[in-house]
Amino acid sequence: MSKTPKKKEPLTIEQKITRRTLLSLGTLIALDVIGIGIWKVLRKESYKDGVQKTLRKGLDVNERIFSTTFSEGRKAKEYSIAEAAKNVRVNGHVGLDKQNEDWTLQVMRTQGEPLSITLDQLKALPKTEVIFDFKCIEGWSQVSHWGGVRFSDFVKAFDLTAGSAMNYVGLQTPDKQYYVGIDMPSAMQEQTILAYEVNGAPLPPEHGYPLRLIIPVKYGIKHLKRIGTIFFSNDKPADYWAERGYDYFSGL
Amino acid sequence: MKRIIPKHHLAIRWFHWINFPMLTIMIWSGLLIYWAHDVYHINIGKATVFKFFPKGLYTSLGIPHHLAEGMAYHFLFMWAFILNGLLYVLYTLVSGEWRHLWPERTSFREAWQVVLYDLHLRKEQPSFDKYNAAQRIAYTAIIFMGMGSVITGFAIYKPVQLNWLCALCGGYEAARLEHFILVIGYCLFFLVHIFQVIKTGWNNFRGMVAGFEVVNEPDQLTTTTNDTHEQNA
Repeated sequence: MSKTPKKKEPLTIEQKITRRTLLSLGTLIALDVIGIGIWKVLRKESYKDGVQKTLRKGLDVNERIFSTTFSEGRKAKEYSIAEAAKNVRVNGHVGLDKQNEDWTLQVMRTQGEPLSITLDQLKALPKTEVIFDFKCIEGWSQVSHWGGVRFSDFVKAFDLTAGSAMNYVGLQTPDKQYYVGIDMPSAMQEQTILAYEVNGAPLPPEHGYPLRLIIPVKYGIKHLKRIGTIFFSNDKPADYWAERGYDYFSGL
Repeated sequence: MKRIIPKHHLAIRWFHWINFPMLTIMIWSGLLIYWAHDVYHINIGKATVFKFFPKGLYTSLGIPHHLAEGMAYHFLFMWAFILNGLLYVLYTLVSGEWRHLWPERTSFREAWQVVLYDLHLRKEQPSFDKYNAAQRIAYTAIIFMGMGSVITGFAIYKPVQLNWLCALCGGYEAARLEHFILVIGYCLFFLVHIFQVIKTGWNNFRGMVAGFEVVNEPDQLTTTTNDTHEQNA
């Protein structure tokens, strides 16, 4: 005769409490261990352009979101001249070491020889002034007053529309030590200027004499001083701070 | 006779335990960013009594010179933090759980009595159902603080594209200060929360892990809330 299988005793309330508690606590601890493991992997990941690969991917995803939703119509707030700082903050000297007097702006065209443009040629174009809250990626900001040629006016005046039809514009200092890449919609936004004046006077050397970029829709790291060369490209131009862990887009 | 009483739904527990590390990462990476321009301090008259933050805190946490890394972490984990918070709010609305959390008209008066009781300045514990008056206010306020962090955060992150949001916060600098003050708020919330959880004990803590509380009931069922329930935290 076969024995009838032993019937399972129903769990006592104490057993139920213990089981459910251990199950939940075990799950929580297991998830914590997994989470900490993922975190450690993330921290020790190899770098791409100065920051962990996954974080770089995150920055690139954000770039896609905020470049596709970018609207030229949304402008940086403008201020009155009285609100502009008299002492304009200086925050970087890379690319400003050599001061050669025979400066001309080199513009690489999509076809033909590079253009060589003098400061007087730029000054002959309509002047645009921008008084905005300059924002440094470090966190400080300062209202400052700049004057120069609107980038979109510059493109038209020198017949560079084939260039501005491309995805990016790249700018470099004459010594190529500092360089930035800008997406075209931001460059063509109406507040973006090639500035040759601050507070109504020519730029001092520390602010990038004779010509610098002022682009209120970006952090200060993109406002390249002492522009030597401008070129157009469908691929992302090299960018000094993006190679050092920062967001390439850096849009505000 | 012991009885198992369901307390926190599984979804709530997931939201809670995901939020904790997410918020921690947001605050830590925020500190990496803040360090690069750490201007806030408390003054009495002209004397600075506290600077955010003392050098010792920075060095002990390895904060200095990680701005780029801080931004990369902050702008990746913000999506997880936002999504988790959003799902939590939606869950409380859809499930009706919000009724336990939203302060009642009497909550603001009663909250003082709860505080007095907690400080042993009042003998009787004010009556409550799932959460007491102080909890209702705290747990609702923390959600609005979270929303405030998202709003001020985006105002700083995209002050041109979201210039209307930045203006709503009182401008760029104001938004940065508000964003910072909210973090101090989280830290204070955390301290009180941990203290209360420890004080209230295991049965309550288990509620947020396993989802139930154990209640000792006399054989003849006479239900009272205060005698049988532990105080929540």
